[in-house]
Amino acid sequence: MTHELTSAIAKSFGLFYLLALSIGITVYAFWPSLGKRFDKAANSILDDEDGPCR
Amino acid sequence: MMQRLTGAERQLALIISVLTLLSGLAMAAAGRADPLGIHGWIVVLFAGAVFLLTLGSIYDPEPREDRAVSYYDDPTKVGLILALGWAVVGMGMGVWVAAQLAWPDLRFDAAWSSFGRIRPVHTSGVIFGFGGNALIATSFHVMQRTSRARLAGHVSPWFVLLGFNLFCIIAASGYLMGVTQSKEYAEPEWYADIWLVIVWVVYFVLYIRTLARRNEPHIYVANWYYLAFILVVAVLHIVNNLAVPASLTGAKSYSAFSGVQDAMTQWWYGHNAVAFFLTAGFLGMLYYFLPKRAERPIYSYRLSILSFWGITFFYIWAGSHHLHYTALPQWVQTLGMTFSVMLLVPSWASAGNALMTLNGAWHKVRDDATLRFMMVAAVFYGLSTFEGSFMAVRAVNSLSHYTDWTVGHVHAGAMGWVALISFGSIYAVVPLLWQRETMYSWKLVEWHFWLALSGTVIYVFAMWNSGITQGLMWRTYTESGTLAYSFTDTLVAMHPYYVARAVGGALFLTGAVLALFNVVMTIRHAPEKRPERDYPTSSEATEPAVPAAE
Repeated sequence: MTHELTSAIAKSFGLFYLLALSIGITVYAFWPSLGKRFDKAANSILDDEDGPCR
Repeated sequence: MMQRLTGAERQLALIISVLTLLSGLAMAAAGRADPLGIHGWIVVLFAGAVFLLTLGSIYDPEPREDRAVSYYDDPTKVGLILALGWAVVGMGMGVWVAAQLAWPDLRFDAAWSSFGRIRPVHTSGVIFGFGGNALIATSFHVMQRTSRARLAGHVSPWFVLLGFNLFCIIAASGYLMGVTQSKEYAEPEWYADIWLVIVWVVYFVLYIRTLARRNEPHIYVANWYYLAFILVVAVLHIVNNLAVPASLTGAKSYSAFSGVQDAMTQWWYGHNAVAFFLTAGFLGMLYYFLPKRAERPIYSYRLSILSFWGITFFYIWAGSHHLHYTALPQWVQTLGMTFSVMLLVPSWASAGNALMTLNGAWHKVRDDATLRFMMVAAVFYGLSTFEGSFMAVRAVNSLSHYTDWTVGHVHAGAMGWVALISFGSIYAVVPLLWQRETMYSWKLVEWHFWLALSGTVIYVFAMWNSGITQGLMWRTYTESGTLAYSFTDTLVAMHPYYVARAVGGALFLTGAVLALFNVVMTIRHAPEKRPERDYPTSSEATEPAVPAAE
């Protein structure tokens, strides 16, 4: 593991896997059909004091 | 409290305390007069106290409560009180340290009270003692509510909470004896580090097991933040503390890294301690308690997911901005700088998301100091992340680094963001957990809010002035090319700001003392209020829960 190798990996693979990750997460976060699930999750915490379910 | 554990659980607690006590005895025997030996006796005392407490109720009758119908909140309650206790101790030490810088005679000429020893007591006391206990306690609360499941275990939450506090005690007492491995925010020596790994792994397993029992299909975003906090802190702690003890009978150890690698590892750890201890966990608090208190869902759930992944993936790279203009390769410095600037996007997305949630509920913010704590915390989060991105730019850093500007920046985050969101969450959750109508005194909450806010503002402005003055004086040259000011000249220039800083800190400390008093009085004197509960629904049933009255 030399300095050159580390820096080459960071400048090539490091760049692209981060780009791929950010695209993937953006697509997931804004996928239209997931809207209902997210709304349900956001509202689920407003009334949660009635105890666990099992 | 012990009566709520089953007989088998009490026995398990007894066995764990005996094992801990024996390890303490081994440390005491091996260490003798070394600080390791003294720490051994502290472990013996701590484990002995837990042992006696458990032994006292070992033959009590089995609990008769139905565990399926309620959350397990005892560890949360104890954790919140411990957090406030540490807040008073840690912030008190902070005021003393600040006063020593303004009036050095306040050291009183003892070795243990020197700046280098009590400063880490302050930093560890507030970050780990106050912040850590607040995070552990609220995470127990939030993971159960958002999962609609009881904690997966009754002994492990106690082990996590008490084990973590034992670590904090070992850390703080060690600093006073001069024990340190000279890594900022990672000062405790090898044996304390090993203990924290055990505690932390149990914490992680407990969180995952509770999530695995969840009755909500989607894991609410607050849990993601808490999980990132637990998981990444474990990784950071293990890597940065890799060391070889000089001897198994002494406290001293040597880092596995050397030179610039050591510096890089330390600041990779140090900045991610800010990211995952002081940001991710507290964002978990924000994403749960702010919508809950405002009685409005988070403004954009999609944005919260985006900012979560942004924060986790960007922060990991930012640490090298602590090492501008050092032996660290230039490209690594630039990498840290770039990622620090990019971090502004997910940070402001979170702060904006919180403030947009309040849009339409500003009357609540005006009337309710608890919600106002959370609102101002979000504002300070936005301000300090902007400042942080800016200071990480190499050219700005050449002025700000090693000056009080950095200290001011850290405290804008630690006081304005971390402490305010914790106090807001504590005020929101205490009446609920102890089943009280409201806090003992809302006027004291109001007083605390204004003391905390004015203390923070005074502190931060004093340090901005001091830091920029100091930075400019250090880089001013005369016509002949020599430095215009001596180091002592800069100290004289900074003195008034140091006095102001001590005053700001004292105001903040006063607020924390009021909080502890108010919480204790709420537990002892506020009128009771039993919540109306529904029948629980089993996870197999698809119909909604039926109200208890029918």
